[in-house]
Amino acid sequence: MKILVCISKTPDTTAKIAFADNNTKFAQDGVQWIINPYDEWYALVRAIELKEKDPSTIIHLLNVGGADTEPIIRKALALGGDEAIRVNTEVSDSYYIAAQIAAIAKEGYDLVLTGKETIDYNGSSIGGMVSELLDINYVSLATKLELNGSTVTLNREIEGGEETCEAPLPLVVSCQKGMAEQRIPNMKGIMGARTKPLKVVEPIAADILTSIVSFELPPAKAGVKLISPDNPGELVKLLHEEAKVI
Amino acid sequence: MSVLIFADAADGQIKKSSLEAITYGVDLAQKIGATASALVLGKVTDDLSALGKYGINKVYHIADEKYNQLDARLYTKAIASVVSTSGTQVLILCNNLTGKSVAPRLSVALKAGLVTGASGLPDTSNGFVVKKAVFSGKAYANIKIPTATKIIAISPNSYKTVAGEGKAEVIAAVGSDIAPQVKVTSTQKVTGQVPLSEAELVVSGGRGLKGPENWGMVEDLAGLIGAATACSRAVADAHWRPHHEHVGQTGGSIAPNLYLAIGISGAIQHLAGVNRSKVIVVINKDPEAPFFKAADYGIVGDAFEVVPKLIDAVKQFKGVA
Ligand SMILES: Cc1cc2nc3c(=O)[nH]c(=O)nc-3n(C[C@H](O)[C@H](O)[C@H](O)COP(=O)(O)OP(=O)(O)OC[C@H]3O[C@@H](n4cnc5c(N)ncnc54)[C@H](O)[C@@H]3O)c2cc1C
Ligand SMILES: Nc1ncnc2c1ncn2[C@@H]1O[C@H](COP(=O)(O)O)[C@@H](O)[C@H]1O
Repeated sequence: MKILVCISKTPDTTAKIAFADNNTKFAQDGVQWIINPYDEWYALVRAIELKEKDPSTIIHLLNVGGADTEPIIRKALALGGDEAIRVNTEVSDSYYIAAQIAAIAKEGYDLVLTGKETIDYNGSSIGGMVSELLDINYVSLATKLELNGSTVTLNREIEGGEETCEAPLPLVVSCQKGMAEQRIPNMKGIMGARTKPLKVVEPIAADILTSIVSFELPPAKAGVKLISPDNPGELVKLLHEEAKVI
Repeated sequence: MSVLIFADAADGQIKKSSLEAITYGVDLAQKIGATASALVLGKVTDDLSALGKYGINKVYHIADEKYNQLDARLYTKAIASVVSTSGTQVLILCNNLTGKSVAPRLSVALKAGLVTGASGLPDTSNGFVVKKAVFSGKAYANIKIPTATKIIAISPNSYKTVAGEGKAEVIAAVGSDIAPQVKVTSTQKVTGQVPLSEAELVVSGGRGLKGPENWGMVEDLAGLIGAATACSRAVADAHWRPHHEHVGQTGGSIAPNLYLAIGISGAIQHLAGVNRSKVIVVINKDPEAPFFKAADYGIVGDAFEVVPKLIDAVKQFKGVA
């Protein structure tokens, strides 16, 4: 079993969101970078759990990005995984990233795991794009994943619940909460990560289908209107008459 | 020019979020001088000609039962073939669970630029630019789609359905002859409740509620106004509530008309999942709780005193004893 886990880099969840160059770029000054939580907590940790069950499992981590992502990749390797691959290119468009991932994934992986979405651009697209580029199956927003030979049993989110489904390998899965429990790398992992191979490969030529024109911040809220705790009827009245939501 | 809206169904009925996508597609068609048609896959109980009341002229219907379960590869082949045969330039989907599964595949199959989580009609004054929420609702990006075919997956509950009069022509279409490979073996659904992802009103609880045994009042309040229930990550992690209720940076991201938060501090990671809500109400005993900064209405008080009173006030308003 060979698993490819797609790892992306995102600003820390508490990072201040501001824009530079006439609102065309995310202002990176002072921003702490982390592994996208869905990739780390769910996709990667689930892959590690599968390897713990079956030690013959091989896990490769894959990032499409510049050299500045390497600390994040090492951090991911400290959690687990055998080696990492970085496709050396600046990223913009989802299709372009997916094309890079598909080019690597077609070299014989059984399972490609991605996070549900990146918490910066919230595309929720890469996994689906990779699966179509490879013309294989895709199960999105999975909350559970078990292997039984060449079949995968998964739970995925549906409106108001979950459904259990089965799909054959090879398969692309996007992972979310429920799939695994968050882990913290230990000292042995951190030391070991330093010597794990991190292969750098050059990108393939691929199209760019979209481009960001500008960013904007949401309009500021007018400020909270406080209502006395003794008079919740006033809140009901405001929600009905002023906010018109009930 | 033509706009095609893919409308997905659950339990034989077109989802509310897809009806929003239809209204969006109809408004877009009007804006760019195009016609709008819809596409439905699988057996449905809804009368599809009735979609005409949302301004649709034609509904393509591939009535094969194999589409009643989501197999993204199969869906993609069927939708892509209708896009090609109908000469569609803009394909609209809802960015719901089905949309997230198939829109990216369609982007590849059709070599069409895709914007997911869109939140308004595109600006066509200079190219074709679509606005979407980024940084988990903390900002918006304007994204240009230069490709000949374009795909927009709009955020659930970001566009209001408008129904009028009209009947659509239902055209039987054929899908692909490949067999599904993703097989659904069982479903676990909370019945009788509004699903969180489709909800217009949401009542949510945090660690301030002290324990799962105190959720009765949250459910009562939600039940009274027809709201879905949600919770903070701290609450889901403590197993007080099921995982699918967890909203925020690492849980669900929702944009209801009303988000009523009880005993939730309003950490930045929590806000990331709910900050696109149209109206936010916060009940918290700590006047310094960060959530009040993001709120429209607030009550500083003990939830165990305020919520029962609020329930009484809602009952009075609804005229129930
Ligand atoms: C990477 C990362 C991702 C995260 N993702 C998420 C996420 O997706 N969603 C999320 O929710 N959190 C997330 N968190 C956690 C987040 O930072 C907070 O810890 C969490 O939201 C706190 O939950 P809470 O507000 O329920 O609890 P607390 O922070 O404990 O707040 C409880 C609140 O209840 C109030 N209270 C207490 N008693 C009463 C009473 N009797 N009546 C009224 N009010 C009362 C208190 O004043 C307090 O404000 C994430 C954290 C990290 C680091
Ligand atoms: N630059 C990247 N390199 C590797 N994997 C990525 C990259 N960007 C996104 N991904 C993966 O694709 C998932 C979905 O990303 P997105 O479609 O951008 O929301 C992420 O959770 C990652 O697993």
